[in-house]
Amino acid sequence: MNTSSNQSSIAGVMGLPNAAARTKTVFDHLHEWVITVDHKRLGLMYIMYGLLFFVVAGIEASLIRIQLAVPNNHFLPPRVFNELFTMHGTTMVFLVGMPLIFGFANYLVPLMIGARDLAFPRLNAFGFWLSVFGGLLLYFSVVGGMGMTGAGSMPDVGWFAYAPLTSPAFSRGHSTDYWTIGVLVGGLGSIATAVNIITTIVCLRCKGMTLMKMPLLAWLNLVMCGMVLIAIGPLTAAQIMLLLDRFLGAHFFDTQAGGSAVLWQHFFWIFGHPEVYVLILPGFAFASEIIPVFSRKAIFGYPAMVGATVAIAFVSLGVWAHHMFTVGMTPVGNTFFAISTMLVGVPTGIKIFNWIGTMWGGKIRFDTPMLFCVAFLVQFLIAGLTGIMLSVVPFDWQLNSSYFVVAHFHFVLVGALLFTIFGAIYYWFPKATGRLLSERLGKWHFWLFLIGFHVTFDTMHIPGILGMPRRIYTYEAGRGWSSLNMICTVGVAIQALGIMFFVGNVLWSLFKGKRAGNDPWDAWTLEWSTTSPPPEYNFAEPPVVKSRRPLWDLKHPTDPDWKYE
Amino acid sequence: MCRHQKCQCHDDFARETGGDRLILHRVIIPSWKLLTLVFILAAFCAAAATPVDPSLVPSIFAPESIPAHSISELSHFVLAVTGGIFLVVFGLIAYAAIRFRRRANDDGREPAQVYGSNPVEVAWTVVPLLIVLVLALATARVIHEIQDAPRPAAALDVQVIGHQWWWEIRYPKLGIVTANELHVLISDERKRAPTFLELRSADVVHSFWVPRLAGKTQLVPNRVNQMWIEPTHTGRFFGQCGDYCGTEHAKMLLRVYVHTPEDFERWVNQQKSTATNDPTVAAGRLVFERTACVNCHVVNGTVGDGRFGPDLTHLMGRETLGAGALKNSPENLHAWIENPGQFKPGVLMPAMNLSTPELDQLVAYLTTLK
Repeated sequence: MNTSSNQSSIAGVMGLPNAAARTKTVFDHLHEWVITVDHKRLGLMYIMYGLLFFVVAGIEASLIRIQLAVPNNHFLPPRVFNELFTMHGTTMVFLVGMPLIFGFANYLVPLMIGARDLAFPRLNAFGFWLSVFGGLLLYFSVVGGMGMTGAGSMPDVGWFAYAPLTSPAFSRGHSTDYWTIGVLVGGLGSIATAVNIITTIVCLRCKGMTLMKMPLLAWLNLVMCGMVLIAIGPLTAAQIMLLLDRFLGAHFFDTQAGGSAVLWQHFFWIFGHPEVYVLILPGFAFASEIIPVFSRKAIFGYPAMVGATVAIAFVSLGVWAHHMFTVGMTPVGNTFFAISTMLVGVPTGIKIFNWIGTMWGGKIRFDTPMLFCVAFLVQFLIAGLTGIMLSVVPFDWQLNSSYFVVAHFHFVLVGALLFTIFGAIYYWFPKATGRLLSERLGKWHFWLFLIGFHVTFDTMHIPGILGMPRRIYTYEAGRGWSSLNMICTVGVAIQALGIMFFVGNVLWSLFKGKRAGNDPWDAWTLEWSTTSPPPEYNFAEPPVVKSRRPLWDLKHPTDPDWKYE
Repeated sequence: MCRHQKCQCHDDFARETGGDRLILHRVIIPSWKLLTLVFILAAFCAAAATPVDPSLVPSIFAPESIPAHSISELSHFVLAVTGGIFLVVFGLIAYAAIRFRRRANDDGREPAQVYGSNPVEVAWTVVPLLIVLVLALATARVIHEIQDAPRPAAALDVQVIGHQWWWEIRYPKLGIVTANELHVLISDERKRAPTFLELRSADVVHSFWVPRLAGKTQLVPNRVNQMWIEPTHTGRFFGQCGDYCGTEHAKMLLRVYVHTPEDFERWVNQQKSTATNDPTVAAGRLVFERTACVNCHVVNGTVGDGRFGPDLTHLMGRETLGAGALKNSPENLHAWIENPGQFKPGVLMPAMNLSTPELDQLVAYLTTLK
C-alpha cells in the first residue's frame, strides 16, 4: 500500500502517467519484445533481423555491381571493394540466411507439431540474442576495426577467409578479429537454437504425431538442426584456433612459422559445405508445404522425401573438399570427392521429381507463394546441374573461383533459398499478422525479382567461362567481360525494384491487407487450425492427429488421409 | 486476351481523339517489360559497339594446350548430359504447371489424392545413379590423364612463386629469373615439349590460372604444387591470379608467351645475358644502387639483390609494369616509380620520393635494361 502510493507519487513527480491509468507506451511494447521467450515473437524477430541485414547486404551487393559495371572503374577503391564482398558474403550467410531459416523454424515448428512453445524458451531467447550480438560485433568493425595500426576498418579477407591472409602479418588492425568473434558468437547462438528445435521435435509432438506423420517441414528442420550441430563445431574450433594465432602467437595457420594454410581450408569447408545444405533444407521445407497446398494434393512420396533428406545430410558431410579441387590433392582424393559430390544429386533429384509428382494431376492455384515455389523448382534444377558441372574435377579446375561459381551459388542461395523464403513469407504472413499480403503487389514483386534475378545470374555464368575470376575489383576492357558485367548490374537494379515492391507490400498489408481468417489457403497442417495470429499458448486444446494432414481429415471426414497412409 | 483487346480499343480511341491520358495508361501497363527490354538491348548495343578480339578472350572453351583440350572436351560432354537433364526436367515442370493449372471453370472439388508410387520412385533413383556412374568414370579418366601424365625428358621446368601481387618466374635449369610473363615452348607431336610448373607461394594463397592453357592450381605457402601445360599454338595467352590474395588480387595478371623453338632460344639467350651497363646512364644506375630499390629488386651485376620485388635485369623486355597494372613504357615507368599506388592502390612498393632529376636519371637507366 505504502510502496504503491510511493511509486505513484514518484511517477507523478517524474511526469509519468499514473501506473494504474496509463496505457502501454511504445517502450512497454518494445520491452515486451526484448524480454519475450515466446517462440512466435522470437521467430518474427529472427525474420525481421534477417530481412534488415538482407537490405544491408543487398546494398553492399549493389555497390559491388556498380563498381564492376564497366572495366577500369574507379567508383570504389580496391580495399573498400574487398571489404564489401567480404561483408556481403558473411552477412548473407550468417546474418540473413541463418536468422531467416531459424526464424521460420522457431515460428512454425511448434505450431505445426501442435506444441505450445519450443522445449527451452529461455535458451531460445538466448540463442536469438547471441545471433544479434554476433551481427553487431561484425558490423562494429566499421568503427572498431582500425585498431592501433590504423589499418582497415571492415574485414577484407573474403567470407571464407583463407589462411594465411587472416594472420597478423597480412591482416593488421582488428577487422579480422571482429569477423572471427562475430561469426563465433553467432555460431554459438545457432547451436543453442538447433539443440532447442531438435529437442522440441523429438519430445513435444502432439498426440498421434509419430515421426512419420510429421509435416515435412518438421523433418527438414530436424535434419537441418542436426547438421548445424555437426557443422558449426569445426567452424567454432577453427575460429578459436585463429584467435589463438592472432592473439597468443599460436601457429595453426601461420605459414611463416610452419603452420598450415590447407588446414584452414579443410576446417572451413567441413563447416562450409554442410552449411549450404543447412541453408537449403529449410527452402525445401517451405516448398514441401506450399506446393501440395496450392496443387491441392498430398505430397508425393513422403517416405522417399524423408529418406532423401536424411541421405542428403549424410552425403553432404563427405563432400567438403570439392571446394578444394585446386589445392593440389591426389588423383584418388579428387576422384573420391567428385563421386561423393555427384551422389548428392541423386537424393536431390528424388526431391525435385517428387515435387513435380505432387503437382502432377493437381489443380494448381498460382498465388504468389506458389509462383515463388515453381520458380524455385526451375532455378534449383539449374543450380543442381551447374553443381554437377563443378563436381567434375577437371571442369572445376577451370571454373573454381571464377564468376561461374558465383553464379552457381547465387542460383542456390537466391534462386532456390530466397525464392522459397519469399514464398514462405507470402504463405505464412497471414498466419503471423492476421492479414494477407497483397496479391497484386506480390505479383509485381515476383515478376520483377524473377526477371532481375535471371538477367543478373544467368548472365553471370558466362564471364566465368571466359576466364573472369571472382573477387576482382576491376578488369581490363577487351577480355570479353565488359558487356556481360553491365547486364549483370542492370539485373541488380531490376531486383532492387522488385524488393521495393516487397517492402511496400509488407508495410501496406500490415495495416491495410485483407483479413486472413484462420485458414486463408484452405491448407492442411495444424498451424491453420488456430487463430491468426495464434494466441500465446498456440492451441486452446492440445491437438490430436491421425495423419500427416489433420485438417484434410477434418474437412473430408468421409475420406480421411489416415485410411491411406 | 481480354486485356489486350482493351488496349486495342484504347489505342483506336486514342488515335481518334488524341487523348494523351489513355496513351499514357497503355504505356504504363507493360512499362516494366519495356524497360527491361530496353536495358538489355542497350547492353547488347554496348557490347556490339565495343568489338572484342577473340584472341584476347581467355575462354575455357578456346583451348590451345593439351590439358585444356582434355578439360574442354570433358566439359562439352558434361554440358550435353546436364543440358539433356535440364530439357527433360524443365519440360516436366512446365508441362505440370500448364497442364494441371486450375481452370476458370473448375468445379471446386479436390483432385484425386495420390500419395506416391514405389516403381516411379525407384525409376527416378536408378536413372540418376546411372548418370552419376557415367559422369564419375569420365571424370576419373580425365583426372588421371592430367594428374598422372608422364613427364618427358625434354620437358621445360619452371618455378612459379606467388607474391602479393606479382608472379616470380624462375627457370632453374636455364638460370633465368623473370616476372609476370611466362615464356614457354610450343609442343608438337613429333617433338613434345610440355612445361612443368612447380608452384609455391611467398606469402598467401594464390592460384595460377591461364584458362586457354590449363585449369587452375593453387600456390600455397609451405607447400609445393605441380601442374603442366603443353601449348599447341604460338601466341600470347592471358591469365591472372584465381584465388583472392588481398587488396590487389585484381591486378595480379599473368601473360604466357608460347614461342617456336627458334624464338624461344633467342629469348633464353637474351635473358641469360648480363644486364646492360651503359656508361651514359651511370648516374641513373647510381640512383638505383644508392636508394632502397636494391632492397627489393635484382639487377645482375649491381648491388641490387632483393627478392621482395620482381627481378629488373631485363625489365624492358616485359610488356607490362606492376603485374599488368599498366603498359611498359618509359613514361609509364616514370609515373610508376613516382607513385605506384596511383595505378595499383595498396601495392607494396612505396612511392620513392626521388627528386625529379634523380627520377629522370633512374628511368633513363632502367630503360636500358633490355
